[in-house]
Amino acid sequence: MIKDPRAPEPLGWKTFSQGIWKENPVFVMLLGLCPVLAVTNTAMNALAMGLATTFVLVCSGVLVSLLRKVIPKQVRIASYIIIIATFVTITDYAIQAISLDLYKALGAFVQLIVVNCIILGRAEAYASKNTVVNALVNALGMGVGFTFALLCLGVVREVLGSGTLFEVTLFGPSFQPWAVFVLPPGGFFVLAMWLFLFSYVRKRRARIQELKKEVSHAA
Amino acid sequence: MTEELNPSAPTLPKSRNLIITLAGIAMISGLLVVLTFQLTLPRITQNRQDALERAVFTVLPFAETRTNYLLTEAGLEELPDADFAKANVFAGYDQTGTLTGLAMEASARGYQDVVKILYGYAPDTECVVGITVLESRETPGLGDKVDSDPDFLDNFACLDAKLTPDGSTVINAIETVKHGKKTNEWQIDAISGATITSTAVGNALSESTQTMLPLLAKHRNSLKTHKESELSSKE
Amino acid sequence: MTESRVQSKGAVEARAMLHTSPHLRIAPSVDIIMRNVVWAMLPICAFSVFQFGISSLALIVTCTLACIGTEHLICRLSDKPSTTRDWSVAITGILLALTLPPSFPLWMAVVASVVGVAIGKLFFGGLGHNVMNPALVGRAFAQAAFTGPLTTWTPYLAEGRFTEFIPSTLTLPFLRPNSITEWLAHTAPDAFTGATPLALMKFEQVSTNGIQLLIGTTAGSAGETSAGLILICGIYLMIRKMADWRIPFWILLTAFVTSGVFYKIDPNLYPDPLFTLCSGGLMLGAVFMATDMVASPVTPLGVVLYGILIGFITVIIRLFGGLTEGVMYAILLANACSPLISAVTQPRIYGAVKPKKGQP
Repeated sequence: MIKDPRAPEPLGWKTFSQGIWKENPVFVMLLGLCPVLAVTNTAMNALAMGLATTFVLVCSGVLVSLLRKVIPKQVRIASYIIIIATFVTITDYAIQAISLDLYKALGAFVQLIVVNCIILGRAEAYASKNTVVNALVNALGMGVGFTFALLCLGVVREVLGSGTLFEVTLFGPSFQPWAVFVLPPGGFFVLAMWLFLFSYVRKRRARIQELKKEVSHAA
Repeated sequence: MTEELNPSAPTLPKSRNLIITLAGIAMISGLLVVLTFQLTLPRITQNRQDALERAVFTVLPFAETRTNYLLTEAGLEELPDADFAKANVFAGYDQTGTLTGLAMEASARGYQDVVKILYGYAPDTECVVGITVLESRETPGLGDKVDSDPDFLDNFACLDAKLTPDGSTVINAIETVKHGKKTNEWQIDAISGATITSTAVGNALSESTQTMLPLLAKHRNSLKTHKESELSSKE
Repeated sequence: MTESRVQSKGAVEARAMLHTSPHLRIAPSVDIIMRNVVWAMLPICAFSVFQFGISSLALIVTCTLACIGTEHLICRLSDKPSTTRDWSVAITGILLALTLPPSFPLWMAVVASVVGVAIGKLFFGGLGHNVMNPALVGRAFAQAAFTGPLTTWTPYLAEGRFTEFIPSTLTLPFLRPNSITEWLAHTAPDAFTGATPLALMKFEQVSTNGIQLLIGTTAGSAGETSAGLILICGIYLMIRKMADWRIPFWILLTAFVTSGVFYKIDPNLYPDPLFTLCSGGLMLGAVFMATDMVASPVTPLGVVLYGILIGFITVIIRLFGGLTEGVMYAILLANACSPLISAVTQPRIYGAVKPKKGQP
């Protein structure tokens, strides 16, 4: 695919959807795995972390895109980091103001959004080269994809690990919770299972398309 | 990098421009952060205070209001409400303004990490009357039961922490015994399967009562036993 | 050492030159070795059933069937011939059962078996490719997932053990184990404390009689109680050259020396070295699990390092860790290290020049 990398991409459904399926930050690109493993022990934590990251992703994307003509190339990474850190700090205060319990549950991982490679990656690879609207839509898509992935893990871990979903008890009192899924090793197990599932589905799809091509060629 | 060495590449922008850009961005950032801080500060302080109040009122059953104190070797100092983060003793008063008990923090090593608890102490009966866990990373389903297991919390109906008559030390140090082996008033009956966390709670209480209670006895006079009467006497 | 043995053997054969062809013997194949390991474990299983009754029997049968079933199913799903015939998965099942408490709910045992065989063995590519001992992977998962049931011990030689299941054994899937309080009251009236010798040592500084430990009249996992029987079965395997004697030797020696040092420092606080050897799962782990052919190093020096590592970590976890028993994690850790150990301790090929640093 040869085209000028500086040419802005046209806005389309793809701008939004690529972050959700084709370039899902967690299941496809394997980025930002630290919070994925660490704060998905309950669905609520996963959702909060996903939304916080999405907020930072969108805001920093918009600001980077707005300033893309002003920022000289030599100091761009430093500028992006400052911008991202600003929104992370804002998120940090906001979560403290919303709920202290949630803030305690997320721990250091709110502050650590600043080093989440998805955000810097989007700023560098997309927002700095595209218009504000494109950057916004793309960041939103990535954020939704990230939140979706976190929820995938969070739901499985909470249901199996504590027998609840969003703190609503699902089973009777005699349900045996699988404590391992609430503990850190459970994060690795569940992530591995989801990755397994995703790559299985993708490979199957690719094979079916290949077969279809062969059939049409033969015809 | 190699591009910059290339003479045909565009020349470097002046470092002044770079600095100005960075400074500009930093200023925008600073502005945003300060703005958010100002906006959220009252809510955050309120949240922290609420969380503390909830914990204090959990361990002191009849308390309705609280006063913050800082207990040191030098004395017992009353702190204004805003300085609650610095306090280490919280006095709880009931509806009529009578002192119901004191809440203090204690911590000890548990199974995974340090377990931090807040416990209530009733000066009239010299008992530990309640605990609540402030921070813990204990195993879900086992160690974290110390905050919810009703049988375990029954230990703290009146856990003996009596001082010697001269107030210099606790007569019987609080200790944790294996499940079903409790024989004395100062012993904690551990949760079976969570002995280590139960022991951590016992150790925290034992250590804190042995250092704090003699100090408290020494400076007992600075402690207000009645809140309203204090106000009325001022008038 | 090996060389001298070969020479002496040669000398013997030279004297008695009454050999007809064929003179070459085939090394025993995988399934023959594995079958022998299973035979060697049967006495331990039998003792476990004698000691803990039909609950233990049900546990062993369930684990073995679940392991074989998982392997068969996954082989079928990935269009590969079933590898259940090489007996190795049966060993995994039996070993897993022997490391679980006799009262362990059967449905949890099935979960442990599936995780052990699927994640611990087949996801790595099956026999010969697993990094860790599959039985221990299953047990580690069970310990993390179901900590409570895995640390619930029942009395040995309980009354009526051959006619009645321990109530928690027959728990319905996904439910908490049935309460055993009532059962305990009528089977063990003389106050069973629910503690293994290791727990007694760690929390109450009460040592258990050495003879009891050797025979196995203590509470504990289904197959770990009788240190003497395990040792005899292990020696049978080693005499038949079906297991590497050096691994258990170095593990036991290191454990003995390490705990001996601490015992010398403070005999009141630390257990004596013989107690360390005979209590808990050390004997079972050293003889049957650490010797897993795939997950242990292959070089002579590597085997020594591997054994020392396991013995040392076990004792350190037992004395200073939060857990009472450390054999499982010690072996898993050493399993993970064993490719590295093998790589570092490669013997120099005769005549080969050591490559200089920085050159491929």
